[in-house]
Amino acid sequence: MEIVAGKIYALVGPNGAGKSTLAYVLMGLDGYREITGDIKLDGKSIKKLSVSQRAKLGLTLAWQEPARFQGLRVEDFLRASSDKDETRIAEALEMVGLKPEKYLGRAVDKTLSGGERKRIELASIICMRPRVVVLDEPDSGVDVEALKKVFEVMEHLKRQGTAVIVITHSMQILRKTERAFLLCEGKIIDESGGEDVAEYFRKRCLVCQHKNKPEGERRTNI
Amino acid sequence: MKEMNELLRLAEIEGVIGDSQTASLFIDNNKVLSSSGVEGLELKLKEQKDGVDISVRVLPGVVIRKPVHFCFGILHKSRVQKINMDITLEKGAVMNVFSHCIFPKKDPSRHLMEGKINIKEGATFRYFEKHIHSETGSSKVYPHAKVKIGKGARFKTDFELIGGRVGLIDIDYDLYCDADSSSEFLSKISGRGRDIINVRERAILSGENAKAVLRSRIAARDETKAEVLNKITAKAAGSFGHVDCTEILQGRGKVKAYPEVEVLHPLARVTHEASLGGVDNRQLETLMARGLSNLEAEELIIRGILS
Repeated sequence: MEIVAGKIYALVGPNGAGKSTLAYVLMGLDGYREITGDIKLDGKSIKKLSVSQRAKLGLTLAWQEPARFQGLRVEDFLRASSDKDETRIAEALEMVGLKPEKYLGRAVDKTLSGGERKRIELASIICMRPRVVVLDEPDSGVDVEALKKVFEVMEHLKRQGTAVIVITHSMQILRKTERAFLLCEGKIIDESGGEDVAEYFRKRCLVCQHKNKPEGERRTNI
Repeated sequence: MKEMNELLRLAEIEGVIGDSQTASLFIDNNKVLSSSGVEGLELKLKEQKDGVDISVRVLPGVVIRKPVHFCFGILHKSRVQKINMDITLEKGAVMNVFSHCIFPKKDPSRHLMEGKINIKEGATFRYFEKHIHSETGSSKVYPHAKVKIGKGARFKTDFELIGGRVGLIDIDYDLYCDADSSSEFLSKISGRGRDIINVRERAILSGENAKAVLRSRIAARDETKAEVLNKITAKAAGSFGHVDCTEILQGRGKVKAYPEVEVLHPLARVTHEASLGGVDNRQLETLMARGLSNLEAEELIIRGILS
């Protein structure tokens, strides 16, 4: 996979294809570090770097089911991503459609709905201004209004030069991406424009045509 | 005056005290440095050889508008301070107390609090106790109390020991809850070095529809040993209790929790939850993925739990 700054990519594939695993490998999470191959940022291997070190280089991940933190206020959670730039915090919340005066003092705990927690996860990504971000199913469990905000955040990140990799099952999101990777059983079987992959995915993968055996299924010569 | 100023400074309440609407009490070792009351609040003090006997009574129906400030300090060497506290809120009375317990010296000190609190029918008592200890871990504190919460009365207490080293803390509270009363007890303690934390909170819900929640938030770093016993007994119809204990362990210490629940009536209910162990890996990785180091992430998570 080659990822370029300021573009939006999709990572699609059936359940169990390895999309989230790939995201965790990129981020270097515990249990996902023993890999073959390499991960390079600006031509330099980051394979041996810790999660923090990778993040400091500008790589980050928004989880599909973000963690909840007992007692930790939204303001402090966002500040952790903001590199001490206080102005970003309120702006980021507004960008995801949450009123700062209502949410800054709340805890990032189970009292937030799933949709609210996902918006706050996106706000923390905005605060961080990463160079590369993987958004793991940002559309799952969110309402129509929140989905609009997801699109806006993706565009915002793109404008500021972030490479956005979106893991998704949504045709709507897929069509907004510039390049898409189709993953099956841990292998990339297609790389093309979002629209093309959406079509292939819809026809061949939503109901799997080859029972997750991708051998010989590669559609394009990548 | 010197001691008084030091207590005010360490408690960070300079400027709060002094107006005629605010009752306050300042004690250093066994000496009453200052006391002031307000209308409807009776305050009786008796200095003893190694402490002070305190009697507080809020008259029926009296609402004390501004928080009452208590400040107990041991500002001199190797002292024992015994505080016998007798608090009564008469029917319908309301009082909030901010209590600061300040043991800033590196020399060993012992603070023993024996509280007898009687919150009568329909009264409300909120008690916030904050401890400020030295960094040497030489303090030993024993806040013990028996609290009677009358019919329809409310009791809420927050106990906080986050600044400085714990040394040894031994909290022992018994709550007796009458019908339609509600009680909340929250203890937040952060231990380091070889600190010892013992928390025992027991609530007996003997009246119909009485409610009690016992919460503990403990961080045990280094070689700290922490042990929490939360017990609720629900005896009457409609009574409800909840025990909630979170203990985070960092280092080579030891944490234990004994949530004990007992239900003696078919229409009563008690729930409990406990979480003991290291910092959650998923939480850690979330914060590290935003650029925090492992240590910074752990600190932030613990700060949240203790907030």
